[in-house]
Amino acid sequence: MRTVRVGLRGRPFLVPGFFPARPAASGIPDPMPVRSVALSGEASLSAAMQAAQVGDAAAYRALLRDCVPVISAMARAKGVQGAALDDVVQDTLLTLHRARATYDPARPFLPWLRAITQRRAIDALRRRGRRPREVHEPLAYEAQADDGPMPGDDLERRERATSLAEAIAHLPEGQREAIEHIALRELSLDETSTLTGRTKGALKVNFHRGLKALRASLSSGKEGTDV
Amino acid sequence: MSDPATHDRSTRIPSTRVPSTHDLVEDLARSLTPVRRLPSPGWRTLIWSGAVLTVGLLLLPMSDLSGLRARLAVPDLHWAALGAILTALAAALAAFQSSVPGRSAAWSWLPLPPLVLWLGASGLGCLRGWLAPAANLAEPEEMRGCFVFLMGVSLPLSVLLVLMLRRACPLRPNLTAALGGLAAAAAAAALLVPFHPHDATATDLLVHLVAVLLVVGLNGLLGGRLLDRNAGPRRLPVTGSIRRAND
Repeated sequence: MRTVRVGLRGRPFLVPGFFPARPAASGIPDPMPVRSVALSGEASLSAAMQAAQVGDAAAYRALLRDCVPVISAMARAKGVQGAALDDVVQDTLLTLHRARATYDPARPFLPWLRAITQRRAIDALRRRGRRPREVHEPLAYEAQADDGPMPGDDLERRERATSLAEAIAHLPEGQREAIEHIALRELSLDETSTLTGRTKGALKVNFHRGLKALRASLSSGKEGTDV
Repeated sequence: MSDPATHDRSTRIPSTRVPSTHDLVEDLARSLTPVRRLPSPGWRTLIWSGAVLTVGLLLLPMSDLSGLRARLAVPDLHWAALGAILTALAAALAAFQSSVPGRSAAWSWLPLPPLVLWLGASGLGCLRGWLAPAANLAEPEEMRGCFVFLMGVSLPLSVLLVLMLRRACPLRPNLTAALGGLAAAAAAAALLVPFHPHDATATDLLVHLVAVLLVVGLNGLLGGRLLDRNAGPRRLPVTGSIRRAND
């Protein structure tokens, strides 16, 4: 009784039209429809399953829709949570489909459904149990590589920027201007030519000569380091 | 207060999850075909027992009936035979019960009392081997014959049982298959009684035990897998891809 209620409140979106009488926007769910599922529903579910056994697809569809919140509640009572709940609901529906010949209408429907659901819930819990979730190995945790910056990263970046600025400052005037505007400030050739008053051709030549000179000076300065 | 909570819940859940269960319901409803309701476990046990009896009748011309009459006069031997027969029936019934969802798990204990009777009576037979050394003891090749007989008869009976169990939906396939194995092995041992050319001894009981355990173990391993494969694909492709997308 209680578990059915939990399931209905937890996943109302799964069963549109399941309880047409229920006011959509009222926050407090009406307990009455829930009781009707638990008591009179037993007989109607059993009748629907009987109809499904002889091939009544409409009754079967309605039955499966009615079962979804019930399965969900049963699985939740077994301890299944979160995204695994949907897996269990779907696995249970598939098993129900395959097992439909084993249902005996002389017996109640819900215990039959509960047996299937509980088995699938246990399967899901075992699957989840095999997946690592917590760190039980302090040493392994300590040895784990950190994605964040290393302690010397900031210093290194600043040193690189300083040496680059120094190398650029040593370039001839035309090449320095071309590098500063085109590479560092990311201006276009047109913008740079209006800013500096040089032609685009001259800027291109200066830019490439500047890059070549920088490559030479920076690589010679890098020798002897491990970078 | 409650209104925003409902709203929040519906927005928090990814929208792709909602149709997946609905799609599944639609798929299952569309693929629905009429099924013939399975007979009750009791009926199915009777059907299987009928098959066992048929095998016994087919083997009857080869049996040693005069020797059988003499041996059944010994109390512990006919208790052992009765125990084997009851174990076979009880284990088969338990296997069929366990293959139907919602039946009590306590059915699995049903074969235990007849199993105790069977093994206990056979064990008493062993004691007589020491108490009365003049008893007709088994030769090694005869024991090999027993072993081959037990395995050879257990195999078709197990196969038949597994095929019958596959039609149901065993939620605990290994348990169901092991019970089926016990039923097949006990039935084979019961069928062996008319063919047994000698009285029970310790080595004889050992051979029987090994054969029974082997059959039960093989059934538990292989049969469990067979019955589990009956469970089919775990999920439809459409829901699988949706779930992967969500992960």
